[in-house]
Amino acid sequence: MRTLLDIDGLTIGFGAGEPVVRDVSFTVGAGETVALVGESGSGKTLTCRSVLRILPEAAQLREGTISYAGKDGTVDLLSLSERKMRSIRGDRISMIFQEPMRSLSPLHRLGHQVAEVLRLHRSIGPTEAKRRVLEKFEKVGFVDPARAYASYPFEMSGGMRQRAMIAMAMIAQPEVMIADEPTTALDVTTQAQVLGLMRDLQAETGMAMILVTHDLGVVANMAQKVVVMNKGRVMERGTAEQVLGSPAHGYTEKLFAAAPKIPNVAEPPRISTNTGDDVILDLRDITKSFTMRAGGWRKPTVITACRDVNLKVLRGKTLAVVGESGSGKTTCARVALGAEKPDPGGEVLFHPSTDATPLPVHAMTNAQRLQFQRQAQMVFQDPYSSLSPRMRVMEALCEPMQIHQIGNPAERREKAAAMLEWVGLNPNMLQRYPHAFSGGQRQRLSIARALTLDPRLLICDEPTSALDVSVQDQILTLLEEIRDRADLSYLFISHDLAVVARIADEVAVMRAGVIVEQAPPAQLFHNPRHPYTKALIAAQPKPDISRPIDLALVARGAGSPTTWPEMFRFDGPDAPALRTLEPGHMVRCHA
Amino acid sequence: MMFLRYAVYRFFTMLLTLFVVSIMVFAIINLPPGDYLSNQIAELRATGQAEGVAKAEFLRTEYALDRPIWEQYLIWAGFSSGPNGFSGLLQGDFGWSFEFDRPVSEIVGDALWLTVLVNLAAVLFVYMIALPLGVLAAAKSETWVDYTAGFIGYLGLATPNFLLALILFYYGHKYFDLPIGGLMNPIYEGEPMSWPKVKSILLHLIIPTFVIGTAGAAAMMQRLRANMLDELSKPYVETAKAKGMAPARLLAKYPLRMAFNPFVADIGNLLPAMVSGSVLVSVVLGLQTIGPFLLAALKSQDQFLAAFILMFVALLTLIGTMISDLLLVLLDPRIRYGARGG
Repeated sequence: MRTLLDIDGLTIGFGAGEPVVRDVSFTVGAGETVALVGESGSGKTLTCRSVLRILPEAAQLREGTISYAGKDGTVDLLSLSERKMRSIRGDRISMIFQEPMRSLSPLHRLGHQVAEVLRLHRSIGPTEAKRRVLEKFEKVGFVDPARAYASYPFEMSGGMRQRAMIAMAMIAQPEVMIADEPTTALDVTTQAQVLGLMRDLQAETGMAMILVTHDLGVVANMAQKVVVMNKGRVMERGTAEQVLGSPAHGYTEKLFAAAPKIPNVAEPPRISTNTGDDVILDLRDITKSFTMRAGGWRKPTVITACRDVNLKVLRGKTLAVVGESGSGKTTCARVALGAEKPDPGGEVLFHPSTDATPLPVHAMTNAQRLQFQRQAQMVFQDPYSSLSPRMRVMEALCEPMQIHQIGNPAERREKAAAMLEWVGLNPNMLQRYPHAFSGGQRQRLSIARALTLDPRLLICDEPTSALDVSVQDQILTLLEEIRDRADLSYLFISHDLAVVARIADEVAVMRAGVIVEQAPPAQLFHNPRHPYTKALIAAQPKPDISRPIDLALVARGAGSPTTWPEMFRFDGPDAPALRTLEPGHMVRCHA
Repeated sequence: MMFLRYAVYRFFTMLLTLFVVSIMVFAIINLPPGDYLSNQIAELRATGQAEGVAKAEFLRTEYALDRPIWEQYLIWAGFSSGPNGFSGLLQGDFGWSFEFDRPVSEIVGDALWLTVLVNLAAVLFVYMIALPLGVLAAAKSETWVDYTAGFIGYLGLATPNFLLALILFYYGHKYFDLPIGGLMNPIYEGEPMSWPKVKSILLHLIIPTFVIGTAGAAAMMQRLRANMLDELSKPYVETAKAKGMAPARLLAKYPLRMAFNPFVADIGNLLPAMVSGSVLVSVVLGLQTIGPFLLAALKSQDQFLAAFILMFVALLTLIGTMISDLLLVLLDPRIRYGARGG
């Protein structure tokens, strides 16, 4: 195989500091896919960007060469003139970025942005450019290329935008495509489809690919060669069979251990005395619709975010609600907490203790609301923005107790210190500000803050999705420990089946605002009945090259409810009822 | 089609706003106790000039100042019939200036379009200076280009306008033989428009434009620079770079287009700021704009003159905001389609 790119001894640093990428070397052969794997801060993004020389201004390329053996001879990309470099960017070597939402200009039509590549690198007229773009759009899976051509990015879903990005990166038929976390911001079923598309297009055009990812499952599905990076250095390098089959380096093994997986064997359910009638939170017939009024001259539209949701969180147990973006899961959580009022007919009941009279969450007196707020706390997704940067850890932890007038200052400090220990942080960190903590530590802080009021119920909204896999693993372990230690109940919102498989006692899968399947994890993962659940499970990339994603299975269930097999199909609000197929296992289907 | 509907909708909201503004203007002007005529009558009585009192009393009834305030408003605005039938703003009768003893329309006639002229020139100047400097400062941020542009900008912000005016007059006259004061050579005043008159006006415009525009330009430049810096760090800029675009073209096509929104939205705010900001300058430079009239009218409670000028400034502002709203809809598809994301 001809070597296309040879990265040798690449070292990058900022200012006078230690290098953040050190002596990185690997090669990319024509037509092959090399995966750069690592967690945040590993230097994988800087490495791939240095190939195109689009680094942050402060970054210095200190040492190394990147020789590119293109059609017109071999050149060193790092010492090439800026002018020549520009003729390579987008034409010979192109790139796809992580966030399809923000990587396209919102003010220019998609077709125009893609055609621009051709106008920059080929001397062809606008009609010919448009013809080629339409052709490419059809290839990347736009049903109506002409409409996509005239659309603005915000009119498209994330998956569709990423398809447009792929079309943009491939329109000039480059020899190498760099994909920087191309599917990280996408839903798992969309991810499966986009990965499948990239693989097909690659096979067709024979281009090489550098795939930057943190997900070993994605690697197993895409790459022939793997480079594992950590803290700027290459830890391990080899073929996908070698690295994924028998990892040689300890760090790779660690990554494997931390990657969340849907278990192969059904785990025995957690032993519990709660047999099902001791409910702490009871959502009854929750429907929530929003009226959108965009401006004075437009008609308002009504959007139903969730419909007929009935959920019971059992005391001491974890109920997980799983769904992709737009499924209505977050709306459910917000209604459960009382942040949104359900449409008439629905109610949420909170049972503070087994025998207490239930509190109606949306019709409480002020005193009841105070009591409810103490007992139901929330952990948010983004640990970076959910802690005030101007408050010391001590203040952040004591504030809830001050508001609820619990204890005196000394007692509050003691409680704050105790909670820090609970979440595995050192009490002497109380005087620090949040910026001194890593993402995982901050999430521990937000958990500690939620715990200071001794709540009975925690609502966790994607608590691990902003974190690296190894950190995610630790946070999940912590949440499990705390649940057992303080006898907490969780309402756990997530898009990630593998995370849920681990922590949940009961899982509800949502799609298009309704629950399509609900069961304990063992039943749900080993005997899924609904095509959408099956698609979700199939779309989860597994770090095992012998088990690639079954795209046919994904396609069958991932589409809109109108495309599902007849037994499950529905259109708009006419969804069939949830039916109990076996004890504890409910599926939304026609009889 | 959608745009046309929006334009019509926007026009009607503007009329509605203008109506509300007229009520407020009238109410505020009448807030201080007394009015021009009752002050004058009191003064005349004190000095024993009976014939003057009679005239003032006549004007009082003629302009319905003896009626309740809400009736006065309705008559002034032209919604209801006064002593002379329907003759208010709606009918094109702007009222009488007691201070100058002439109809308001006669006093402000020339000043109106000269005000528009001076301020349009100043707005154009602001945009012509701020746009290139702001973009340049952002593109070359933290280099000598940025620092120089910033320094000039702060100088413009920090120098009092009238001081700048006096300095410019002196040196402009000394070295470039620029005329001093006024908006045209006095011999053309009251003359019909002619080529030498236009030339004279343009020559006289140079210094006022510069003086009124500098502060606005400096502020606008800083805003544009900040917006551009924000946009330059967005991922879509990186995408364009990865396409192989040359830096200058990239800058103009993507981030500038995005940074333009606040720039356009400022048109509406710029106009009133300049009209009120230029009062002092107009006095110092002897410009025949409505600024000095407004000052005089407010001082002597010459209510119809003051009310008319305030209404005129409000109208300019509303037209300015309407223009920027319509431009924004044309420029930004996200606003056009009412999307929330992006």
